[in-house]
This record gives sequence, C-alpha cells and structure tokens, in this order.
Amino acid sequence: MQIPAYSFLLLSGGMFTLGAVGFLVRRNPLVIFMCIELMLNAVNLAFAAMSRYLNSLDGVVFAFLVITVAAAEVVVGIAIIVQVYRAGRDMDVDELDLMKE
Amino acid sequence: MSTLAPLVLLAPLAGFLVNALFGRMLPRRVSGWVGAGSIGLSFVFALAILTQVIGGGHIDQTYFTWWSSGNFNVPFNLYVDPLSSLMILVITGVGFLIHLYSIGYMAEDRGFSRFFAYMNLFVFAMLLLVLSGNFVWLVVGWGGVGLCSYLLIGFWYDRPAAVLAARKAFVMNVIGDVGMVFAAFVIFLNLNVLDFSSVFSRVHQLPKGGTVITAICLLLLVGAVAKSAQLPLHTWLPDAMEGPTPVSALIHAATMVTAGVYLVARMHLLYDWAPVAATTVAVIGGVTALFAATIGTAQTDIKRILAYSTMSQIGYMFLAVGIGAYAAGMFHFMTHAFFKALLFMAAGNVIHAFHDDQDIRHMGLLRRGLPVTFWTFLIGTLSITGFPFITAGFFSKDEIIRAALSASGIEFVMGLAALLTAGLTAFYMFRLFIIAFGWEWLRDDPRHLHEALPIQTIPIVILAAGAAIGGYIPVANFLQPVFGHAADVGTLAFWGLALLTLVAAAIGFALAYMLYARRPEMAAAWRTRLGPIAALVEHKYYIDELYDRVLVRPGYALGRFFSNVLEPRVIDGAVNGVANFIMLESREWRTIQTGRVRSYGLWTLGGAIGIVALIAWTLGYLPFRSG
Repeated sequence: MQIPAYSFLLLSGGMFTLGAVGFLVRRNPLVIFMCIELMLNAVNLAFAAMSRYLNSLDGVVFAFLVITVAAAEVVVGIAIIVQVYRAGRDMDVDELDLMKE
Repeated sequence: MSTLAPLVLLAPLAGFLVNALFGRMLPRRVSGWVGAGSIGLSFVFALAILTQVIGGGHIDQTYFTWWSSGNFNVPFNLYVDPLSSLMILVITGVGFLIHLYSIGYMAEDRGFSRFFAYMNLFVFAMLLLVLSGNFVWLVVGWGGVGLCSYLLIGFWYDRPAAVLAARKAFVMNVIGDVGMVFAAFVIFLNLNVLDFSSVFSRVHQLPKGGTVITAICLLLLVGAVAKSAQLPLHTWLPDAMEGPTPVSALIHAATMVTAGVYLVARMHLLYDWAPVAATTVAVIGGVTALFAATIGTAQTDIKRILAYSTMSQIGYMFLAVGIGAYAAGMFHFMTHAFFKALLFMAAGNVIHAFHDDQDIRHMGLLRRGLPVTFWTFLIGTLSITGFPFITAGFFSKDEIIRAALSASGIEFVMGLAALLTAGLTAFYMFRLFIIAFGWEWLRDDPRHLHEALPIQTIPIVILAAGAAIGGYIPVANFLQPVFGHAADVGTLAFWGLALLTLVAAAIGFALAYMLYARRPEMAAAWRTRLGPIAALVEHKYYIDELYDRVLVRPGYALGRFFSNVLEPRVIDGAVNGVANFIMLESREWRTIQTGRVRSYGLWTLGGAIGIVALIAWTLGYLPFRSG
C-alpha cells in the first residue's frame, strides 16, 4: 500500500512546528540545539519523501547536504556551550546577550 | 636671434630669482645693481635683436612643447618681429632707466630687495607677454603682469589704502584675464590652433565680420580694456598710484597699461576682419581719452593727475589701433613711454622733496631747489601737450588725430574728441605745472628743497632727450613689415591738421596760464560758477560711487544673504535635517537588537513565514489573490 505523500508532509510540518516552538520557548541551549535538529530533520523528511514520490534523487542529495551542515553546526555549537559552561555562566540563552554590544 | 630671444627673457628672471631667494642676505648695493643690471643686460640683448630685425629678421621659434593632448598642442614659442622688438626695446630700455632711478628712490625702504625682485618679475612677465607666440603663454604673461602690478601697488602692505588699491586693481585685471581666456577658448574651438602664426593664417576661414570673429575680438578687448584702464574698467588705475612712484612710472604708465594697445596691434589681422570690434576699440579709446582728460583738470594729487593723463593718452592709442592706424598707435606708445615715465619719475623727486606730500597746492617754486627736475618736467609737459618739432608727442599725437579725422562716421567724431582732448591735455598739464612747479620764477624761496641724487636725475635726463627728439625715430617705417603702408595724407591736410591740434593745445595752455598763473581768483570764481559740473568732474563722474552702489554693495548684500540665510538655513538645514532624521529613526530601530537568541529566532521565523506567504500569494494559493 502506497502511503500518500501528504501524510509525510503533515508529519514533517508537525515536527518543524514542534522544533520552532521549542526553539522559541526553551532557554536551555542544549534543548534549543535539539529543537534545531528537529527542524532540520523535519525538512530532511520532507526532502526524502518528495524524492521518493517524484522519483528523483535531487531531494535525497539535498537531505545529505543538510545532514552534513547539521553535523558541522552541532560541533561548533556544542563547543560554544562547553566554553560558556566553563566560564561559569548560567545555561540560559536569555542571559547570553553580550553580542549585541 | 633664436638664442637671443630667450636670453632677453631669462635675464630679468635670473635677477628676480637672485633677489627673491637671496635678497635678504645681499647688501643693498648688490641687490639694487642685480635688479637694474639684469634689465640692462636684457636691454643689450634686445638691441642685438633690433639690429637683426632691421635686417629683415623675423622668427617664430618653438623651444619646447609645454603640453600636448590629442590635437591640443601648447608649444613654448617666441614671436619676434618689428612690433615685438619695438615693445621689448621700450620695456627693457625705459625699464632699465626706471630701475636705476629706483636704486636712489627706494634707498631708504625696508623692502629694498623685495622691491627689485617684484620689479624684475614684472619685466619678465611683460617680456613674456610681448614675445609669446601663442595665446596660452600670452595669457600667462598677461596674468603675470597683473600679479606683479598687484604686488607692487600693495608694496607698502602696512598702508590700508595701498592694500585696498592693490585688491581693486587685481579684481579688475582678473575680469580682463577671464575675457582673454574665453577669447583663447573661442579661437581654439573655431580654428583648432593657438599659436599666432596659424591663427593669423587661418583667420580668413571665418566669415568676415561674422559673429565668431567679432566675439573673439570683443573678448580680447575685455582683456585689453581691463589691463589698459579704459572705460568702463578704468577705476583701478588712479588708485594704483598708492604704489611706489617708480612702479607708477614703469607699470602704470610706460609698459603694462599699454599691453592692451599691443594686444590689439598684434591681433590686427583679427581686428581688420571684425570691423565692428575695431570700431568699438576706437570708440572706447576716444571716449576714454576725453573722459580722463576732463577728470585730470580737477584733481589735486600730482600722481593722480598723471594717472588720468595716462588713461587719456592710452585712449589715444586705442583710438589709433581701433581705426587701423596701428603704426601711429605704437609710435605714440613709444613716445608716451618716454615722456610719461619721465613725468612720473620727476614727480617722484618732487614728492620726495616734500616728504611724501602729493598735493600740488602745497608745492610751487621748484626751479631753484630742483632745477633738473624742473626742466625735465617742463620738457615732459611740452612733449605730452605736443609742442611742435622739438617734442616727440607732437609727431605721434598728430599722427593719431590726423588718422582719425581722415576717417568718416563715428571714427571722425572720435577724432574730434581727440582734438578736444589735445586742448584739455594742454590745460591740465600746464595747470599741474604752474601750480606744482610755480610760475613766479623770480620770487625768493625760503625753503631748502634738495634735488634728488644723480642716479635719480640721470635717467630722467636721458628720458627727456627721448621725449624731445624721439619723434624723429622712424617707427612707422620700422613697423611697415607688420602693418603695411600707412595711408598717405596730402601735405596740405598734414599741415592743416597739425595747425588745428596746435591751436587746440595753445587754447588749453592760454586758459591754464590765465586761470592759474595770472588770475588765480578767476579760477576760484569759475569753480563756484560751474558748481555742479565741477563737483561732477572732481568726483570723477561718481563712477566709483556708481560701482559701489551697483556692484559692491549688492555683492556684499548677496554675501550676507548667503552666509546668514542660505548657508545656515538651507544648506546646513538640509544636512543637519538628514542627520537628525537618521539619528531619531535609528534610536527607534536600535531597540530590536536585543542580543537575545530567541528574539532573533522569532524574527527569523516571522520572516520565513512572511516569505513563504508571499510566494504562496503570488502563486495564487492564498485566498486574497484574485487571479
């Protein structure tokens, strides 16, 4: 049985919304990172599903690209979080607003 | 000759450099003799050129290319023909005598070496003006003499009157320079060349009397009028008398102010091709001659009287070159250089004897105290009034009046004005002579006036010789290669017109003698009887006041408007307004940069949703879109 494409898109949209809302409401940087991952993977799911649906590899290629970018981004992000932690600051992104200066 | 011509230029330039750079270190004696000697050397070179020009020499030699861009070429070329060689002879010859005189006259002055540096620079610029073979270097020399004139009028820079006079002269001269530059533009635009030889050979490509050639000649005339202090740009010359007297003699009588005459004579092919412009030259000259002579009758400052007589005599020269009697104009230029330099230097001796008092009413009875000055001034006066046969002025002035009266139409009217001017000239010159030098020769003189030093009197005596017998120099023949044959007048007309001029001068003399020597009370009576007219003349026809009202004060008012209203309100207002607007706006917008990641995230999300919504809307997936 062919699963219709819109169900994947609904799932993807739901995941993205969850990620976005999580990004906006949570203040712990680790959780925010997880929310970002959730959004990226929601997009990946949409790419993969449409790739299958349209019989084209373009979407899958894009998904791989996103995975790579996400990995690199997490590396940089975790490094920053560790440095902030070592500096003895609270793990609260609202307190980390010195970059506006 | 092609090596001599630059040497004529380089000698004064070297003198200038020595005095300008090392003048303070040199003793006065050396400074003065470097200044005078360099001009003397230049005179020797000029004489050497003369011998070759008499032998039919004529060069237009290019020494180097100043700049070259596309088809625009500015060479440095010197143009030596009888006309320019006559000019350089007079400039260096009379200039040398005046430099010698200055050694004595300026001996006590603080700025001795500075004076000679400026004077040498002036002679250099004047020679460049005369020898230049193209319009660019002509303008360079033209501006250079104006600059030196400015520097020398304002030589005594601690006198406010001198500084103001210098500024006035400079402004007026720059008006002329602008005219010259525009003339050069128009010439290049239409003929594609700037050197004289090519311009002269191509000028006939333009339609005769057409707009272009007339415009060129009138623009050149603007330069000539400003430099030569003709109406309506004449007001700077009387004020220029604030400078040292040798300056008045050299620059504001003998040489620089005649540059306008030289210019018209040099461009005679152009003026022959533009009859309207030539007539304008003649009218300006004739009117100025009469106008300045009338003012001269009512002045009391010895140098100002001579300044107005200079304007008047240059008016004669303008009249001459305007009616095509170029040789006569140049002849008068030469004799005028003799007698006017003489008159100014003699006046300088008198002024020194009276400790810088220039009012002729305070003078008188000078024959005993200043015998050399007295007799030479008398010769100068006779020469300028045209005493027959033994003075140069008789020949040169007569030639101009004769040429003008042989013409017809407006030129003939100007000839009548010139005739009237001859009478007025005799009147004001003898008025000056009688009042300043004293008619009552036999009365005892209680004062102890001292004659000037020999170095001041010898140049005057030499010039007096020139003013007496200079009329026998065959200038017209010498200039024939340039201007061609002058029109012949019959012997009867020749003597008739000479007699007419003499009668006019005699009447002028008789009036002056009557009013100022015999019956001084009559002069006072006439002064009151002529009330308003006399006041008009004494105030120089209120031209200065007119310019003040029409140009200077509105200029100041405009300046005040700009600085008090336009600048602070409009220009600063616009600039500050923009700055204030941006500052206020940015103060508002700055608040969105909170530094909080989550608020940036919200903005990003909002933006993303907005973009998606926009795309969806344009593609027609949203209900608000009609299509």
